[in-house]
Amino acid sequence: MVDVPKPEELIKVDNKPPAKGWMDVPPDISAGKYPYPAQPKSLKYLDLPNPRDWSPLDDDWQLPENWKEIVHEGLKERLDKYRSLKVFMDTCVRCGACADKCHFYIGSGDPKNMPVLRAELLRSIYRNDFTAAGKIMSLFPGGKRLAGARTLTKDIIKEWFSYFYQCSECRRCSVFCPYGIDTAEITMMGRELLNLLGINIHWIKDPVSNCFRTGNHLGIQPQNFKEIVEFFCEDIEEITGVTINPSFNRKGAEILFITPSGDAFADPGTYTFMGYLLLFEHIGLDYTFSTYASEGGNFGLFTSAEMMKRLNSKMYAEASRLGVKWILGGECGHMWRVINQYMDTMNGPADFLEMPVSPITGTKFENAASTKMVHIAEFTADLIRHNKLKLDPSRNDHLVVTYHDSCNPARAMGLFEEPRYVINNVCNNFYEMPESTIKENTFCCGSGSGLNTEEIMETRLQGGLPRANAVKHVHDKNGVNMLSCVCAIDRAVFPPLMDYWVPGVDVTGVHELVGNALVMEGEIERTTNLRFEPLGDTEGDSDE
Amino acid sequence: MLLNKLLEHKKKEIVKKWFEIIASTYPNDTAGFLKKEKDSFANPVGSTNIQGLGAVLDELINGPDRETITSFLDPIIRIRAVQKFTPSEAVSFTISLKKIIRDTLAREIVEQNLEKDILEFESKIDDLCLIAFDIFMGCREQIYKYKANHVKDRTLKLLQKADLLCEVPDMDSDITPRNF
Repeated sequence: MVDVPKPEELIKVDNKPPAKGWMDVPPDISAGKYPYPAQPKSLKYLDLPNPRDWSPLDDDWQLPENWKEIVHEGLKERLDKYRSLKVFMDTCVRCGACADKCHFYIGSGDPKNMPVLRAELLRSIYRNDFTAAGKIMSLFPGGKRLAGARTLTKDIIKEWFSYFYQCSECRRCSVFCPYGIDTAEITMMGRELLNLLGINIHWIKDPVSNCFRTGNHLGIQPQNFKEIVEFFCEDIEEITGVTINPSFNRKGAEILFITPSGDAFADPGTYTFMGYLLLFEHIGLDYTFSTYASEGGNFGLFTSAEMMKRLNSKMYAEASRLGVKWILGGECGHMWRVINQYMDTMNGPADFLEMPVSPITGTKFENAASTKMVHIAEFTADLIRHNKLKLDPSRNDHLVVTYHDSCNPARAMGLFEEPRYVINNVCNNFYEMPESTIKENTFCCGSGSGLNTEEIMETRLQGGLPRANAVKHVHDKNGVNMLSCVCAIDRAVFPPLMDYWVPGVDVTGVHELVGNALVMEGEIERTTNLRFEPLGDTEGDSDE
Repeated sequence: MLLNKLLEHKKKEIVKKWFEIIASTYPNDTAGFLKKEKDSFANPVGSTNIQGLGAVLDELINGPDRETITSFLDPIIRIRAVQKFTPSEAVSFTISLKKIIRDTLAREIVEQNLEKDILEFESKIDDLCLIAFDIFMGCREQIYKYKANHVKDRTLKLLQKADLLCEVPDMDSDITPRNF
């Protein structure tokens, strides 16, 4: 009788990954698994070290000759400068509370995406170079490994590059750490050290150098920025019949308005921008745009503290030059982390500005007493609370909305209720995602901290899986067809993420919903929304 | 059919073993997490797999209808298509079902002389594997489309920015083919 091979013999696929310790598993740096490196011209523009043409696929990454010394001294300097880093390096007891809380770990299944292990990548070098235990243990055979220490090698630098760019610095893990270790800050330090060697990525360095040069990530020149906003005004006029003439660089305006430049450039953020314009016109706000500080985002945060400070200072320099009283900030994610957590010690207090007071309601925003910068969701919620807006929420009736707490406004400033209050006043169908996936527990979009680049689409889709999974739940259960958020990166990255995981769910900023609901004085009857989609019983949009 | 009844009867055990196979394609720590964490929002990969596998097996026993089985298999493959698997690694778990069933029903297959029925059922599993491959390719094409669209969109914006594109004015209504 013929010896028929068994099915599992025919398909000789070994499913089981080899059981190795994490130190022995090399990172996968193959095409599609890493973000493109920064171009030398961006580094030169920013005076960053070691500008060169290189690829992560090269064996030799052309590190400076004394690369080891640079990293050692860089880490030493940061341990001295930031007490938090020293505490984070020393206190982890590897309890594992954070391990399964990271969206990249949940989505990829790669253990090195556990926050504890991501931190160990750096901590193991710290133990080796800076702790007595590490030094003593290294005297015994196998002792180093026992102490969780290892000697820095070029391969470890490659490992850092791989995994510090698979962290979106969203800080969900820190919510669950009993010691409050902020792994995002460890990633930030890891990236700072890599920057000292000239290892950085294009999607961060290009925006940073653009921002440094022109005032926004996209490198939009002042005249182009003005043209773009005027183009939005033309669309608004066509849709609502209302003419809006915003001012630019106007000295003496009461308020300087700053929002992410992504919203000037990419749908669906553009509709959110139109929402702002309608809102300000509706209440007769005395405000101006700056074409030099035309960026709310700060990719300096993903580079180094110094770079973050440089970019942040431009906003305040413009506020000072224009002589405004205070700054109103649009729907942005990490801008608010920079403002709430770092601005005050970097460039603050902004004493040359005044305590923000809403000119319409008289509300004092004491929470922004030092930074003098108010979040638009707080501002609009206050307007609604004081009944200052004429709204027709039924215009959003074709939408069944849920709200994604963008990581930074949620975890870095505790902005939970204001956006929800606004949404509930401008639309009639709102459903929350499960409690464990919102507010301080919110799941990241998977593309924050400069990872929103297309060459790592698979990584982004992995990281976005837990968020999408919760959206799918309310989509299936409540018919949710619109995901709202207050972050420009969210608005840019959610459309493909939703298309892949939850087809049938679109993406919007909160102020797009506001713009559609606002009943403007002297407006014509609206037949379309801000996207030029017909209002009312639109085909395919309705649940019926 | 007797085999179907036996499969129904042992469904829970088979799905459990099948899920173990999927979990074992991940590193040890992760396999443990996938099996242990029951909250579907904390563990979307584990819960999607366990739910999907049960539904797929049901459909294999009672159908299978291609469209229905695709809808159950899609969420599982969709996840594996973005993870660190080769195409064969992503779909090979479907074939493992053959061994699981033969092992689980080893005694019954001999005693009840079910060899012919088993072979028939196994050809359904072959089809399942092909469907899985279709889904996998569909997912990959979707991802390539996102990447390509991004580049196309950016190029278009750059051309517009550089004033290299202009709107073609509406043609005069007199210029139609019949006038030539």
